Amino acid sequence: MAFASRSGETAVPAGTAVVHDARPGLLERPAVLRLLSFLLFAAAWEIAGRVPVSFAFPTFLDTATAFFGLIADGSLPAAYLSTLQPLVLGVVLSALIGVGVGTLCGLWRAGEFMLIPVFVVLQAAPVAAFIPLVTFIYGIGMTAKTLAVMILALPVIVLNTYKAVRNVHGSLLLMCRSFLGTPLQEVVKIVLPDASPVIFAGLRLGVAAGFVGVVLAELLITPTGIGDLITFHRSRADYAEMYATIASIIALSTLTLVGLQWVETRIFRPEKRGR
Amino acid sequence: MTIRAVAARQEPAAMPELEPIVSVRGVDKTYGNVEALRGIDLDFPRGKLTSLLGPSGCGKTTLLKIVAGLVEADAGTVTVDGRTVVGPGPERAFVFQDFALLPWATVLRNVAFGLELRGVARSDREARARRYVAEVGLAGFEDKYPHELSGGMRQRVGLARALAVDADVLLLDEPFSAVDEQNRRKFQEDLIRLRTTQNKTFIFVTHSIEEAVYISDRIVLLSPRPGRVSQVIEPAIDRSGDPEKIRLDRHYLDTVEEIWQGLKQYVE
Repeated sequence: MAFASRSGETAVPAGTAVVHDARPGLLERPAVLRLLSFLLFAAAWEIAGRVPVSFAFPTFLDTATAFFGLIADGSLPAAYLSTLQPLVLGVVLSALIGVGVGTLCGLWRAGEFMLIPVFVVLQAAPVAAFIPLVTFIYGIGMTAKTLAVMILALPVIVLNTYKAVRNVHGSLLLMCRSFLGTPLQEVVKIVLPDASPVIFAGLRLGVAAGFVGVVLAELLITPTGIGDLITFHRSRADYAEMYATIASIIALSTLTLVGLQWVETRIFRPEKRGR
Repeated sequence: MTIRAVAARQEPAAMPELEPIVSVRGVDKTYGNVEALRGIDLDFPRGKLTSLLGPSGCGKTTLLKIVAGLVEADAGTVTVDGRTVVGPGPERAFVFQDFALLPWATVLRNVAFGLELRGVARSDREARARRYVAEVGLAGFEDKYPHELSGGMRQRVGLARALAVDADVLLLDEPFSAVDEQNRRKFQEDLIRLRTTQNKTFIFVTHSIEEAVYISDRIVLLSPRPGRVSQVIEPAIDRSGDPEKIRLDRHYLDTVEEIWQGLKQYVE
C-alpha cells in the first residue's frame, strides 16, 4: 500500500515494454500500474509469510483479515479517534506556526539570527529523546502528545520555509515593486507562491515526522491509541493484528502526503498540474 | 539641451522644440568602488523612443533602473513630468530582461498583474488585459502558463503587462536579449507598429547597434567606466512604410557603421 499510492512515481516493473501506440496501452495507465505494484507487493508479502520468514511474521491475507476484524470489533476506530486528535492538532499547529515563523525569519534579519539557530539545533538533535522530558512537564495527556508531534514536525517546516523565502526570485520582487505592489502584496502574491514548492516539501516531511511523533509518544509515554494497540497485540502475540495496525498507520500517513500534494498543485501551483 | 555632444545628422531643428517628459540631471552612481555612472544629464522627449546603447559595464541598465525608481542614485535628480522620482510610480512601467513573469499565473493574470496590485476589480482588469494580450499578438493564449510559451511570446506578455497599466513612459531593459534572432526581428517590427498606435514614450536599453538604429528616434551612446554620455544620435530613418525595408535603408546602414566606429575603442 505504501508504494502503491505514491502518485506519479509508481515504478514500472522491469521488462515492461513501453508500447508506442496512439492510445495508451493497459500497462501505461497510471491506475493499472499502481494496482499492479500493489499486487506484486501483496504477493511478495504473502509468500514471505508462508515460507515463513519468522514465526512472528503473518501472511498478507491473515493481516488483511485481522484488519477487518479490528474494524469490526471497534478497537481500530477507537484507537484512531484517540490518536488523530493530538496528531491533527499538532500537525495543523506546526504547519501554521512553522510557515509563519519560517516566512518571518526569511524576511526579517533579526528574526533569522534569533530563531533559526534554535531550529537548526532542534533538527540536528535526536528529538525523540525529548519526549520523556515532555511527559515529565506536561504529564501523559493530550498536551504531551500534541507537543511530541510538534517537536518532530516543526523544525523541518520552519527551516524549509525559511530557505524557500530567502531564495525567492529577486526579479519577481523587483517586478512587484515596479508595479507598485505593497510589502504585504509582495509577501502574499510573490513570496509565498514562489516559495510554495519548497514550503510544501517541508510540510510533507513535517507531516511524516508528526506521525512518527504521535506513535513514539504512544509507545513511550501514554499507552493509548494506535501505539497502545500495537503494544497490546504484540504482548498477546497477535502478530496479524499488530501488523494490520502498523500497516494502517503507514497507509494513512501516505494518503495524507498524497492529499497534501493534491492541495499544492490544485491551489498554489496550478501550472504543475498534469506535468 | 544639456547633451554633451550632439551629432545629429540631418534636420537637427526638428527635435529641440519637443518638451522632455523625463529629465535626468547630474546623476552619479557608484557600486562599491566601481563608478557605474558619472554626471549624467539627459532629456527624453515625449512620445519618442530613445535607446540607451553601449558596451556592457557602461551603466545603461543602472540608469534605466534609476529612472524607474528601482535603484537610488548617489547624486542628482530624475524628474518625470516635472515631479522628482523617489520610487516607482504609476506613470512608468518596466519591461524586464528576464521577463519576470509569475510562473504560476496564466498569461491573462500576468498581463493583468499590475492592475491587480492596484486593486482594479477582476472583471475590469481582465477585460483590459484581454485587449492588450490581443494587441501584442497573443490572442488565444490567455489561459496558457509561461512555461508553455516560447521566449518571444513570454516577452510579449511582459510588454502587454507594461502596456495594461497605461503608463506614459515605458522602460524596456534589453527586452529582446533572451529572445532568439527570428523572434527578435519580428518583435522589433511589431514594436514599430505598436508605437504608432500607443502614444507613449519609450526608453529602451540595448547592446545591439542594429536594434537601436532600427527602432529609435534617438540613440544615447554611453561609454564605460565610468558610464558617461558620449554621443547622442538621431537617425533620420523613415519608418512609415514597410518595416522590412528599413534594414535595407542607406541611412540605417550608415548609422550602424558610424556608431560601430565610435564604439570600437571600448571593445578590447
